[in-house]
Amino acid sequence: MSTLEVSPAEPLSGQSSHSVINDFSIQVATVNGSGSQTANSVLMRSIFQMGIPVSGKNMFPSNIAGLPTWFTIRASKHGYIGRRKEIDFLVAMNPETAREDVMKLDSGAAVVYDEPLKLSELRSDLHFYPVPFDKLVAPVCPDAKLRKLVRNMIYDGIVAWVLSIEMDEIHTALVKQFGKRKAKAADLNWGAAKAGFEYAAKTFTKTDPFRVERMNETAGKIIIDGNSACALGAMFAGVTVVTWYPITPSSSLVESLIGYMKRFRHDPETGKATYAIVQAEDELASIGMALGAGWAGARAMTSTAGPGISLMSEFIGLGYYAEIPTVVFDVERVGPSTGLPTRTAQSDILFAAFLSHGDTKHPLFFPCSPEECFSISIEAFEFAEKFQTPVFVMTDLDLGMNNWMADPFEYPEKPIHRGKVLNAEDLEKLGGFARYKDIDGDGVGYRTLPGTNHPSASYFTRGSGHNDKAQYTEREDDYINNMDRLAHKFEVMRQHVPAPVVRIADNAKIGFVAVGTSDYAVRESCDQLKNEYDIDASYLRLKAYPFTEQLTDFIRSHERVYVVDQNRDGQLLGLMRLEYDPELIAKLRSVRYYGGLPLDARTITDEIIRQEGK
Amino acid sequence: MSTAAPPPPKKVNRIGLEVLNYKGSKTTLCAGCGHNSISERIVECFYELGVEPYTVAKFSGIGCSSKSPAYFLGLSHGFNGVHGRMPAIATGALLANHTLKGIGVTGDGDTASIGIGQFMHLVRRNLPMIYIIEDNGVYGLTKGQFSATADLGSTLKTGVHNDLPPFDCCALALKWGATFVARSFSGDKKQLQAILKTAISHHGLSVIDVVSPCVTFNDHEGSTKSYSYMKEHEYMLQELDFVPSYEDISVEIPEGGVMDVQMHDGSHLRIRKLDRDFDPTDRFAALKMLEEAEKKHEVLTGVLYVNTNKPTFLELLNLDDAPVATLPQSKVRPAKSVLDEVMEELR
Repeated sequence: MSTLEVSPAEPLSGQSSHSVINDFSIQVATVNGSGSQTANSVLMRSIFQMGIPVSGKNMFPSNIAGLPTWFTIRASKHGYIGRRKEIDFLVAMNPETAREDVMKLDSGAAVVYDEPLKLSELRSDLHFYPVPFDKLVAPVCPDAKLRKLVRNMIYDGIVAWVLSIEMDEIHTALVKQFGKRKAKAADLNWGAAKAGFEYAAKTFTKTDPFRVERMNETAGKIIIDGNSACALGAMFAGVTVVTWYPITPSSSLVESLIGYMKRFRHDPETGKATYAIVQAEDELASIGMALGAGWAGARAMTSTAGPGISLMSEFIGLGYYAEIPTVVFDVERVGPSTGLPTRTAQSDILFAAFLSHGDTKHPLFFPCSPEECFSISIEAFEFAEKFQTPVFVMTDLDLGMNNWMADPFEYPEKPIHRGKVLNAEDLEKLGGFARYKDIDGDGVGYRTLPGTNHPSASYFTRGSGHNDKAQYTEREDDYINNMDRLAHKFEVMRQHVPAPVVRIADNAKIGFVAVGTSDYAVRESCDQLKNEYDIDASYLRLKAYPFTEQLTDFIRSHERVYVVDQNRDGQLLGLMRLEYDPELIAKLRSVRYYGGLPLDARTITDEIIRQEGK
Repeated sequence: MSTAAPPPPKKVNRIGLEVLNYKGSKTTLCAGCGHNSISERIVECFYELGVEPYTVAKFSGIGCSSKSPAYFLGLSHGFNGVHGRMPAIATGALLANHTLKGIGVTGDGDTASIGIGQFMHLVRRNLPMIYIIEDNGVYGLTKGQFSATADLGSTLKTGVHNDLPPFDCCALALKWGATFVARSFSGDKKQLQAILKTAISHHGLSVIDVVSPCVTFNDHEGSTKSYSYMKEHEYMLQELDFVPSYEDISVEIPEGGVMDVQMHDGSHLRIRKLDRDFDPTDRFAALKMLEEAEKKHEVLTGVLYVNTNKPTFLELLNLDDAPVATLPQSKVRPAKSVLDEVMEELR
């Protein structure tokens, strides 16, 4: 990504002879803190409202104001909403990156830019639209202090004219963005968008081939980020204790949850909260509180990212060994250490799977879309209480912080099950209980909650060695029995985790295995391989670890299986290697990307072609 | 047929339970360990006040002290967590069920070294629970290294000299928000009982630092946490008397230098000052006095601070009256119309 590729300078003359409709990427290059987010969201939403499948990706720095930010919008009539590497349409607002941004474009791309940057001098093979933003913003925004923010809305008007985006849709998107309470701000921005549109109409002749045309592919859909979707999942799962510590890219998950809970989880009569949300002093405390709450019977969760996961490792071992339900959301970012806090990765997989010292293993759930962020979050809470153990919901920055087109979420019809909890009545009937005794053969014991009014309710929870009555022990047989039961419990989980999504292509010799947001790139790559190289590829998308029998069958039925990883070391592949015999492992291949940007289809396709020797 | 006399009636408390119902399993700590005396006091106090064991939740970290919750209140749920992080577990459990009476037992290593951060945040939150620090100045379970409450100049059994000043956990608790702060000595049955009973009645965080000598690793000459050092250096601030809510409150307050503090549950703490004039509702005075005592190598014991008005962390959260942990689905899963409303906003 860092090398400058200068395209051969084939000068363009006159108007483009062909049209590229609903199939291109727009990149807006700005400085963070300049208020471009509103302009970019409005642009994305207006294309969405015209019925065209669209995705938006924000590439932003770990900084509050003053560093370069890129927002990429992809419109795709085919419904591809993964990242596309090539940029067709650049809006260059940042003097610092403008020249590099322009030099990276493929020949034939279009550039809207701030006139004083004089970018048209750089290349003769691009379509340039210079705009005097400062001159245009002054009359529509008399308050000089607001101009920096309103200025960006002018490019929405310009782009609308160049790409034939309907101005009514820009207006609708603006009103939606600002809401009724900020009607004045919406008006001000609308004035700026109109000024841009009028200037373009009066000044430019369209020479580039890109434009949008109304479709009907987005009717009924919603736009939401994955973090908000997880938050909604948690609320409808009936979460009651939420503890957290701010960290990019997971902060907005709990912040969004706070917003929803304030609206919908207070008793209408008393106004009292049916939940507690606590910002802890660090991740050590947030996971400790979540476990304390899970132990006392709450549906408890915490949300974090890589560095937080590292800090939580000791407590997660306690949660595993003492068998306490809780849900940990890991919105993955680039590591190791602080890494790239605002870039995406799937690089916590191996660490999370075996988090903590000693023999530990944990179920991981992998949603790939907002719909799954919602439904899998609900499943995670059920699962944690069913199996009395910490469950990780593994998302990433791309899914968590970007806006996605999605189908409306389905209301959970299954009633909430709190797992094996004995109340005073049960205890009276049973005459007592042994906390860690495997009564049902599934490795899961029965628990009681503190506050249960019965003389045989109490037990002593500890992270030290314990027998099935939860008593301290250092006996060899007690220790082995307990560890074997925990291993058995993990095996039983295989039958209960969310099943993978399997797509078998007829006659396919090769198959893909991936998790989470790799899905978009893999699906598009399957089409590229078929259309461009006539290669059929099957695809299994895992939704959880431990793996199910379907994965074994999938590997058996293909000659080569490409495991897609968004990390350097092939962590998903590594996890699979631990499970299988050499015969199956020999079939596994690795496709890895770890540059911090959302994975794109071309990267996968090129790598498959290289490895397939085509 | 013999006419043997019927067995004497079992002694029970006001809710009909025997003292046996408040005991735990047999201690595995050293004979003579101060911690065992503290466990005994806890048993007595909960028994005497007639607290329902099932309403209590016990918490601890890691260390000798943290083993002790297994040795009292066997009918209460207990949670022995990880080193220095008992406050987080207790906070979570009390968020889930705010009707529980929390009692935490920790040591000076658990609190003042690895756990100082969580301790300070627990204090800052004024979480309603009892937090007992069994303070012996050493790590017992790892065989006698200094902890962060060991006094400057004190020595280990091996002769190693402590070059760093101690944390005074009471001063920290006073400064940052605990609402009942006391120091006691494991060997002082009467004082510790009065303090514990007040803590059970207190609505807020009670921090009780109990000097509790380690007979194996820190009871020698050169230690400032030994039985003999306490004998020479303890300075009792007050004579304490606890009057439970269910006893006749009309008992007259004795005359002269006695302060009566009414606790949240209607019980009373009566504080008769001894020769030093000191107001335990004055935080700054308490801090100043601790500072001066340190210079004089005095160990002040008694009630250092009591504040019955400050809202607790749980009150600030405006929680449902019933524990959130066990609210029914109708209260925790919003209706389908709510999801429809949210989806409509996102279209």
